[in-house]
Amino acid sequence: MNTNSSKVFADARSALDGVLFDGMSIMAGGFGACGIADLCIQEIYKKEIRNLTVISNNCGGEFTDRPGKGFGLWILLNKKRISHAICSYIGTNKTFERQHLNKEINLELSAQGTLAERIRAGGAGIAGFYTQTGVGTITSEGKEIRKFDGQSYVLETGLTADLAIVKAWKGDTEGNLVYRKTAQNFNPMMATAGRITVAEVEYIVGPGELNPDCIHTPGIYVQRLFEGRADKIIEQRTVRQRDSG
Amino acid sequence: MGWDRNQMAARAAQEIQEGFYVNLGIGIPTLVANYVSPNVHATFHSENGMLGVGPFPYDDGVDADLINAGKQTVSELPTSSYFSSSESFAMIRGGHIDLAILGAMEVDEKGDLANWMIPGKMVKGIGGAMDLVAGVKRVVIVMDHMTKNGQPKLLRKCTLPITGAGVVNRVITNLCVLDITASGFYLVELAPDVNVDEIANATDAIIHEKTVQEN
Repeated sequence: MNTNSSKVFADARSALDGVLFDGMSIMAGGFGACGIADLCIQEIYKKEIRNLTVISNNCGGEFTDRPGKGFGLWILLNKKRISHAICSYIGTNKTFERQHLNKEINLELSAQGTLAERIRAGGAGIAGFYTQTGVGTITSEGKEIRKFDGQSYVLETGLTADLAIVKAWKGDTEGNLVYRKTAQNFNPMMATAGRITVAEVEYIVGPGELNPDCIHTPGIYVQRLFEGRADKIIEQRTVRQRDSG
Repeated sequence: MGWDRNQMAARAAQEIQEGFYVNLGIGIPTLVANYVSPNVHATFHSENGMLGVGPFPYDDGVDADLINAGKQTVSELPTSSYFSSSESFAMIRGGHIDLAILGAMEVDEKGDLANWMIPGKMVKGIGGAMDLVAGVKRVVIVMDHMTKNGQPKLLRKCTLPITGAGVVNRVITNLCVLDITASGFYLVELAPDVNVDEIANATDAIIHEKTVQEN
């Protein structure tokens, strides 16, 4: 019997069973609507846990053509379930911007690369690192500045979370994951930095079906996975026309 | 008079040299890719995890898993690669990207740049801009010379929270091209039918017409 088949769960509900609690920290993969673990987010929403700390590049988003409707972490934000957010970008997420400006949410804005590296460091057991990004800006206020070869760098710390929810294209029963195109983004680092990592994968395949040379996230980082295919959202559908000639 | 959005993008495209790896920001910078000479081989980087960003897809090629950093659907090239966000920013921070072309709210004569928030009013977030200006070899800003309300955006000192200090090399506006030098703004080029007095009136800083440093 495959000893690792215990990682495979039937759906988001069973995969998240017993791991959700008030006041927990959750890392959520994705860049905008691309590569988000949407079924996991919907299950977290249904469980009505509150006072969450979320670590994610965006905090979901709002549909510009459908006022009052949003996707991804926005559904948690809209119900004020998130008290603390570590993100890089707000963009057109008016609910997020309003809650931040009204101080209803504690927002820690991080440069995107610094956020990515903080998560990578957290998952790799690195407490902190020095980067030039943000030196001289308000994001480096109160942080240690140190010179290396005459250049100033700011100390940034690693991040981990109680739970990471990641979205992959394919996964096998061992939890090895492969991402698809730019839906990869923050998912691989977050998989390493969750005390429990739950992977929402489009297709679960059997042992031997993934090329070991092409695995993005080795299964050691993934405690639970389930197969599910939420509708994919396109924020800006931009196309070109075929030449008529 | 002056350049329109597409003409500014076309002027910015002249900054792209053979073999360059280039990151384009949101807005006018995104248009720059349309104007790169077919004789120049350049590779576009998108910080959400792609090198070799292709043009917008045909209608039947739209893929929700394939977007640029502006969340627009794009296409892949035969030589494209995908990678994680941490890998992507290692390229940026590690100085592997030759050129970033970005938008801005304010640029000052020291090369400081502000493009992410207006305190108490508007917070777009930082995104990849802080990493790009800190790590990319050359930073070119493309923006209107003044705000919609007619206020200067080129200043002696930025009034908004900055994205990076002393990071801008060149600014391309609807009126002119300026370099940031040790002595401040240096006029490189005027848009058609624009004169130096107009530039001076539209700028809250001194415009030098001759460089004081050897280039």
